[in-house]
Amino acid sequence: MNNLIGLLVAAPLLGAAVLLTGGRRLDRVGHWIGTALAAASFVVGAVLFAELLGRDGDDRTMIQHLYSWVPVGGFQADVAFRLDQLSIVFVLLITGVGTLIHLYSVGYMEHDERRRRFFGYLNLFLAAMLLLVLADNYLLLYFGWEGVGLASYLLIGFWQHKPSAATAAKKAFLVNRVGDMGLAIGIFLMFTTFGTFAFGPVLGGAEAASEGTLTAISLMLLLAACGKSAQVPLQSWLGDAMEGPTPVSALIHAATMVTAGVYLIVRSGAIFNGAPDAQTVVAVVGAVTLLFGAIVGCAKDDIKKALAGSTMSQIGYMVMAAGLGPVGYAFAIMHLVTHGFFKAGLFLGAGSVMHGMNDEVDMRRYGGLRKLMPVTFATFGLGYLAIIGFPGLSGFWSKDRIIEAAFAKGGTEGWILGAVALLGAGITAFYMTRVMLMTFFGEKRWDPAEVHPHESPRTMTVPMVVLAFGSVFAGGLFSLNSSFVNWLEPVTSYEHGHPPVSAAVVTGATVVVLLVGVALAWAAYGRRPVPVTAPRGSLLTRAARRDLLQDDFNHAVLVKPGEYLTRGLVYLDHTVVDGAVNGTAAAVGGLSGRMRRLQNGYVRSYAVSMFGGTAVLVAATLLMRAV
Amino acid sequence: MSFPLLTATALVPAVGAVATAAVPAARRTAAKWLALAFSLATLVLAGAVLARFDPGGDRYQLTESHAWISSFGVRYELGVDGIGAVMVALTALLVPFVMLAGWHDADPLEEPEPNRRWRPTQGFFALVLLVEAMVVISFEATDVFLFYVFFEAMLIPMYFLIGGFGDRAGERGEDEAAKQRSYAAVKFLLYNLAGGLVMLAAVVGLYAVTAGQLGEGTFSLARIAEARAAGDLAFDPTVEKLLFLGFFLAFAVKAPLWPLHTWLPNAMGESTAPVAVLITAVVDKVGTFAMLRFCLQLFPGASEWATPVVLVLAVVSILYGALLAVGQRDIKRLIAYASVSHFGFIVLGIFAMTSQGQTGATLYMVNHGISTAALMLVAGFLISRRGSRLIADFGGVQKVAPVLAGTFLIGGLATLSLPGLAPFVSEFLVLVGTFSRYPVLGIVATFGIVLAALYVLVLYQRTMTGPVRDGVRGMPDLRARELAVVAPLIALLLFLGVFPRPVTDIVDPAVRQTLSDVHKTDPKPDLTEAAK
Repeated sequence: MNNLIGLLVAAPLLGAAVLLTGGRRLDRVGHWIGTALAAASFVVGAVLFAELLGRDGDDRTMIQHLYSWVPVGGFQADVAFRLDQLSIVFVLLITGVGTLIHLYSVGYMEHDERRRRFFGYLNLFLAAMLLLVLADNYLLLYFGWEGVGLASYLLIGFWQHKPSAATAAKKAFLVNRVGDMGLAIGIFLMFTTFGTFAFGPVLGGAEAASEGTLTAISLMLLLAACGKSAQVPLQSWLGDAMEGPTPVSALIHAATMVTAGVYLIVRSGAIFNGAPDAQTVVAVVGAVTLLFGAIVGCAKDDIKKALAGSTMSQIGYMVMAAGLGPVGYAFAIMHLVTHGFFKAGLFLGAGSVMHGMNDEVDMRRYGGLRKLMPVTFATFGLGYLAIIGFPGLSGFWSKDRIIEAAFAKGGTEGWILGAVALLGAGITAFYMTRVMLMTFFGEKRWDPAEVHPHESPRTMTVPMVVLAFGSVFAGGLFSLNSSFVNWLEPVTSYEHGHPPVSAAVVTGATVVVLLVGVALAWAAYGRRPVPVTAPRGSLLTRAARRDLLQDDFNHAVLVKPGEYLTRGLVYLDHTVVDGAVNGTAAAVGGLSGRMRRLQNGYVRSYAVSMFGGTAVLVAATLLMRAV
Repeated sequence: MSFPLLTATALVPAVGAVATAAVPAARRTAAKWLALAFSLATLVLAGAVLARFDPGGDRYQLTESHAWISSFGVRYELGVDGIGAVMVALTALLVPFVMLAGWHDADPLEEPEPNRRWRPTQGFFALVLLVEAMVVISFEATDVFLFYVFFEAMLIPMYFLIGGFGDRAGERGEDEAAKQRSYAAVKFLLYNLAGGLVMLAAVVGLYAVTAGQLGEGTFSLARIAEARAAGDLAFDPTVEKLLFLGFFLAFAVKAPLWPLHTWLPNAMGESTAPVAVLITAVVDKVGTFAMLRFCLQLFPGASEWATPVVLVLAVVSILYGALLAVGQRDIKRLIAYASVSHFGFIVLGIFAMTSQGQTGATLYMVNHGISTAALMLVAGFLISRRGSRLIADFGGVQKVAPVLAGTFLIGGLATLSLPGLAPFVSEFLVLVGTFSRYPVLGIVATFGIVLAALYVLVLYQRTMTGPVRDGVRGMPDLRARELAVVAPLIALLLFLGVFPRPVTDIVDPAVRQTLSDVHKTDPKPDLTEAAK
């Protein structure tokens, strides 16, 4: 059974290889090959899940050791997979949502002449992402980590002829590389501390290491997580990443890849548990991003960018929960999975709307679409209710537990984190209601002569319906008898948190805040017509439209000085370094004078200097012998 | 006496050079095939060297030893350790690709008069084979003087390859291009000659020391090691430092290390892409290889003494080269500065004095050779299509030539050390090996991976993406010959990325030997028990 694990990765990898090298003769079937292999991976995942279900809680770790990858001295990196309660959750999410989005893309990318290549990249992404969550050591995880970065780069820039897409792809890769540096240094530290970076000995032996070391490793891993999961201060790439085709936004930049940072932190829980200061930093980063993303989400008129802000914010919740330690790990993952359902669904819905609206993304040019696109409306609506945490739906269960856990942190910290989480829930309700109202309600703000909104084909709506089911029921199912928490407990460990006020009060407060958010959005966008051109807005609105000036900041602090530096160095290299070496040479041997002569009759001069050199050699050796 | 395999690996390309040069002017194509055949024969012999080499055996294997200039104690001594064997194989592997990529680079622009003796095509291929022969013997020589002779002699064919052959002149005009080429060639020659002269003094000094202490002078590594172990030979620390500096300077020019690197961008920029590959992927490797073999082995004390300075220079090279690459407007100069950065990594790994660092550095030499060859040769195909090296003259290539763009991207991704491609393994080993002894330097060097992403992706974005530019429209995709050059290189990059052991298994014992020469062991992890 253990040997099946490798198949999970192998199937989509095969797909990528075949589709990317197969040439045009595969154009007509390529998308089905890609979808079938994604589905095959899902089936293998389901079989393995059934196998794990049949085992005892302590016996649910399966290891497949393939071969020794880099063995050099004490440095031993293997290609080995670990399937346990945590990784199987990701395997099912990645392959499940992945297969649905492959299916959706069959319709969505129908008219793109490079559809085969698109599916090749999607399969490549699946393989890398599965490698990331199945790796049994940090170096192999790093392989998957940069692999998904590559897939993300290729897919954001899929429409490379658009300069904006090419720029966004490059930006995503670069910002992520900064995070990758953190992961690399984290691995260096593990190697110098433990002599290994395999999960077993590192996580098992973490308690023996000093708190300082663990804090350093934790902060490096956090840096990596910030890059991949678009957390402040490495958040700036995610909004631009929406240049990619919408299925990509749904799969990579909402449901799976961007949550890899949460996986990394939860997987490394044993390290973080020994570094309370680092955990506080994690929670604060999550809390700041939670608000940052939510505020940006309120101001965007581009439907995908509004959803991207929301993704940042929701991952902020997960990261904050992961920063709470064993109280929050399981809930971070639970929110990650429910978010995977409803956010993927919302993005697919947005894609469906764009599909029917000639690729228009400006919500100010939508309006009144609910009758024209009933399936999209219904599925998007359910996703909407789930994300705002409407009682009973998936998001309610997972988000509410995170808010409780934040309060349970205790002390002033607990109150602050809890309050931020609560406030975030209100803002979420506001911006999502705004999206909903601007898109599906109100009057039509588009020209019926030019656009003809219509429902999308079956290949697109079926995945949306399936995801809507997940959005509605998954959270409740997971919470039944705390089954999800119990499942993860052997890997992530679990402590029940005790909020300073009763859980019922927290839940009640959450619902009130949620209703206030909805009401405010209704007052602003439901009761009044939405202007087609955006009003100037307050200072905060304008800043939020510019992503709270993140790019202006990076430009001023990093890009501009960097440009001056490189330009200065290019100049220096030509004048000073080159000049100094030439000058020294001239001073020592009068070479520069000879240089001019060399350029005229260089062959002869070269012969002379060779001869001269030999003569010096002979003379010197004779001299030495004489001495 | 057994078959002198090592001599054969150098002799076959040398004979090939003479044979190719002798082909009559009109039989250009025959000369090319002849040269290619000789390079493939060399590759077979190099494969035999690898196959016969036993990683668990003696340090130097397949040794040959003959008296040469007995009055100066110079011997013709050859032998390879794991590092040398791998470098010979790399050289033999790359040369056929260089030839195939430069198949038409030396074709005369117009058919020459029948009886003219000027035969540029024959000359080009003969020179490439000559370089190969000299580089191979440099990797095999275990006599310092023998090494020195070929280390210097290879400058001559390289000089003519750089100065004699160039890209289509484009807008600059033929005269200006020729002027730039000759400037680059002379600069290459003078820098390396200057380094070589300093080394010559050190070689003579080495002779003086051995002659003084052993009664008769010797250049033989084996003899010196023997005398050292027996206690007959001991360097005065000051003398050792001076000799080390003499050797190191020559190798640092060739490697090239900051601030002695400025000849490289000129040389790589002005020469044709295949020659640029020959410079950076083959010839320059002799420099870093020689640091491992001669500096560390002959002068362990002085190597340790110099380590702090060398490490700082290496880290400066990494960051400086990368930043300069970011600022380039010329594709080939950009790749040249990227190489400066990569040579920084190699030197860093060598002088970190850990098994990860040095195995990583050796693997890096191999991987850098393959990845730079892939990137530079595709860049050459691109440049020849447009007649310009300027990044700004391109744009939207992926739309018209997707295969070319795709291979260029893979070459670029290898250059930025993406996991899954070979250079990642070596770069990570160098960094982890450095970090385990010098954490701060390790972290500073790690910034290089961000800068590498920057210069590679900016290059790709500006040349390949965006709307199709005027001069790019109608550009043909890779031809069969070009694909035959690139595809095997990419396959190798992928293979060594997921399975580097064929190289590391051979290199590892040699590295351990070198480390014991300098009396170094790997730092122990902080928690040795917890790891078990």
